[in-house]
This record gives sequence, C-alpha cells and structure tokens, in this order.
Amino acid sequence: MTGVIIAGAAETDRIGLLPDHSTLQLHVEGALNTVADAGLSLRDIDGIATVSAPGPVQVAHALGITPRWIDGTGVGGTSFLLHVRHAAAAIRAGYARTVLITHGESGRSRVGASRYRMEASSPVGQFEVPYGVFGPTTTFTIPLLRYMKEFGLTHEQLAYVAVAQRRWAAKNPRAAYRDPVTVEDVLASRIVAYPFHLLECCLVTDGGGALVVTSAERAGSFPKPAVHVLGTGESSETPMISQMADFTESAAFRLAGRAAFAEARIGVADVDHLMIYDAFAHVPIYGLEALGFTAKGEAGAFIADGNTEPGGSLPLNTNGGGLSYTHTGMYGMFAIQEGVRQLRGEAAAQVGSPQISVILGNGGMFATAGVLVLGRQPG
Amino acid sequence: MTAKPIPVPTPETQPFWDGCAAGELRLQRCADCGRPYFYPRPVCPACGSRHVEWFTASGRATLYSYVINHRPAPGFEDDAPYAIAVVELDEGPRMMTSIVGLPATPEALQLDMPLQVRFEPRGDVSLPVFGPLEPAR
Repeated sequence: MTGVIIAGAAETDRIGLLPDHSTLQLHVEGALNTVADAGLSLRDIDGIATVSAPGPVQVAHALGITPRWIDGTGVGGTSFLLHVRHAAAAIRAGYARTVLITHGESGRSRVGASRYRMEASSPVGQFEVPYGVFGPTTTFTIPLLRYMKEFGLTHEQLAYVAVAQRRWAAKNPRAAYRDPVTVEDVLASRIVAYPFHLLECCLVTDGGGALVVTSAERAGSFPKPAVHVLGTGESSETPMISQMADFTESAAFRLAGRAAFAEARIGVADVDHLMIYDAFAHVPIYGLEALGFTAKGEAGAFIADGNTEPGGSLPLNTNGGGLSYTHTGMYGMFAIQEGVRQLRGEAAAQVGSPQISVILGNGGMFATAGVLVLGRQPG
Repeated sequence: MTAKPIPVPTPETQPFWDGCAAGELRLQRCADCGRPYFYPRPVCPACGSRHVEWFTASGRATLYSYVINHRPAPGFEDDAPYAIAVVELDEGPRMMTSIVGLPATPEALQLDMPLQVRFEPRGDVSLPVFGPLEPAR
C-alpha cells in the first residue's frame, strides 16, 4: 500500500505521426486531457514530474502551474513509473497534494526535440561507441544470443512475441499496426541487427500522455474509478550494455519487481493483467522471468504456447505494446495508461474485470527499471 | 562520409589507451580484494577500495554475445553488415569490441570461440579489437 491513487490518466488526442505537434505541445495536450479526465483544473495541481527535455520547469510554466514539489528524474523510458513512486512518497510526506506527471515525445517527427549526443570521453563514448553502435537496435539486442545459447530459445519463439502482441493490437483502433502477422512474416522481415528482424523491433512514433496522482483518501471524488497504487519498485544496473552482469537476466527488473510485489503484498498468482515494456521482442521474455511468472528459460515457450495473447491466462501488453501500438522513445507512460484503462474497464481490448495490473518499465538498455502494482481496490 | 568515432581519454582511462598504443591490453585490479575489472576507474566496483593497480592482460578472450548490425552507424557504411560483440577476457571482465578476420555471419561467429586481441589505429588512439587466435609458430 502506498496510500495514493491515479485519479486521472489520458493520452494525446492522437498518437503516431504528429508533425504538427512539438515535443512541448505533446506534454501540454496530454496534461490537459488528463487534468480534464480527473475532473480538475490546472490550479489544483501542486506537484510536477517529467523528464528533460523539456523538463518539469518548462512543462509547469507552459501550463501556468506553480509547483511546490518537482521531480525531474530522467532515467529513460521507465522514468514515469519512478515519478509515480516518488510522488507517492511526496504525497505521504505532505510535500504535494495533487501531482501531474507528463510525457511527450516527438520521437518520429523530431519537432522541438533535443538532439541526443554521447560525449566521446564518457565511458560509453570510449568503450562502446567506437565499435559502431547506433542506437538501441545495436545495444539492447546484444544480450539475446547468449540467452538463446544458454536456454535454447528459438528464432521462432522470439518471433512469436510479435505475433502475440499483434493479436492484441488488432483489437485496438489506436494501434499503429493492426494487421495479423505470422511467425513466417516476422522471420521474413528484414534483419535489423541479427538475430532481430524489423518486426521484432519497436515502432518510432510521436505522442504523449499524463497522470494525476493524489492521496487515496480522495478516492471516489473523481469522475473515473480510482486506480490504487498498491506497490512500487525501482532499480538500476548499468548504463553500458557490455557491463550487464548476466546477459540472460535483468537484475534491475528483478529488484524493482521484488520491491513492488512486497509493498503490495501480492504474488504472481494475484496478477490479472501485465504490461512489460517491449522495446524489442526479447524484453517481455526477460521481464516475465525477472518478475517470476515463469522459471528461467521458459518465458519464450510460455508466450509461444499462447498464454499471453487474447484468450490466454496472463494477458500481456494488451494495447499491442511498443511493437504494434506506439513507441515514442520513452514508452513507459503508455504502459501505465493501458494498465489504468484495464482496471477502469475502458480498454480497447478489455480483458474482463481485472483486479490487479502490473507494469514493468525499462529505461535505457536494461539500465533502469520501475515496477507498479495497480489495483481496482485499495488492497 | 563521417569519420568513425574516436574515443577521448580521461585522466583515469589514459593508462588504458597508452597500453593500447604500446600493443598491450591493460586492465585494473583491486590490490585489496584482487578482483580485475573493466572499464577503467579509480575505485574497485567489488569492494569500494581506492587501492587499485594496472596490469597487462593476456589479450585472450572468448565470444560472449554479439549482434550483426545491418543499419550502419555513421562512418561504418562500408563495413555493414558488421558484428558488434562483447567478449569475456580470460581474466574475467567483459568488454565491447569489433570482430576482425572472420566473416560477420552466425556460422563464423560461434559463442564461446576463443579470440585474441589486436589493435587498430583510430585517429590518434589504438582501438582494441578481437580476432581468431593466431596459429602457434
């Protein structure tokens, strides 16, 4: 129990290709939709959290918010899960009452977006960049061949992750890709970085979204059903993929998951719905194992056996995920949004009446992790 | 065409790059707990000791994991597809590297195959890369 709820949650009007929206405007639009979703006005917001750039000061100023609590934690795509966790602590401490967490990213159109540049004197700049790495497709992907050799994961099982998620996306009008695909289709798509094919890599899109987090004592006083934050966790491992301690597992995923499940006092059997940040097709495999949903080495077969797709026992990435729904660059906000929609009963691919949804966010390349346990009831 | 990126040493990594220029792969180890480590830094990541020392590694390694990149980074257009690998040094630490002297194919690049360091000029530094063991003379 964290004592806080998500009282408002919404995305930008549209996601995908938005060349008419700057990065800042994506933050603003997501924020306005979310404050309206919570039945509040901007004057009710007294805490602000987002990543740079543009950062919390710029976003607060654009919205006319004068915060008394600020969190600029920027540790990649999972940052928004950490913002929820930090907001929970701040609200309990009395530092803020109503926190707005925003995401906006012109990942595809690059309108008003900052340029990413790694210093040649940084550890990554000295010891990874000289070998021809070129973004996440060349780094996030490197551990997988080791996993495949150690545990016998097949190319077909990896491809099936994309197949299963496309089945969810087919039910979602907002998903970027909705046409069914087969394992053969995935394996026939061009190789981006062996062993990864194009359809095993996430989209690159424009979009945004936001959350309003406040005290659970106020549950029931908002237009939408409260989503209780039952447990939270965060951790980090390494900013350099080459220095990940064991290429077959994410220590950060495991530690963040353990903390969140302990705080929520739940086990894997209590989880009705799951979101695992899927920048690439292997990340849900690593996530399922790190959170304890399968034994080590078994998650690929678990997905290929149909357990996570529509009709399966563990609905996973039900918006279609980063592979088929959207992926602005820092996808974590969209994973939280889908968990909230499922618990409210308003998802495009609604999976009955789930009581507990777990969100696993990744930052960087297995560099950081955040986990949220969300519930329909206070716990 | 853009030139390939050139690492810029810092005071704590300069001895590593000096070693490369001399044809040696130099690592650090902790003088208190004995653990070798990479990348260069003035504190032991295992025990926190600042009592660390440089030594010359064997230059032998095995192939731990890799990708074969088909979307070249700026400066690597003529190399694609090329392997971006992580090797496990015989002394224990791992490092990212390029694989030379072998085709960039899954058939040629078998995990756990033995490899040996070589040094390639890159701007004003020498860059450690790895290739097959040289035949015994």
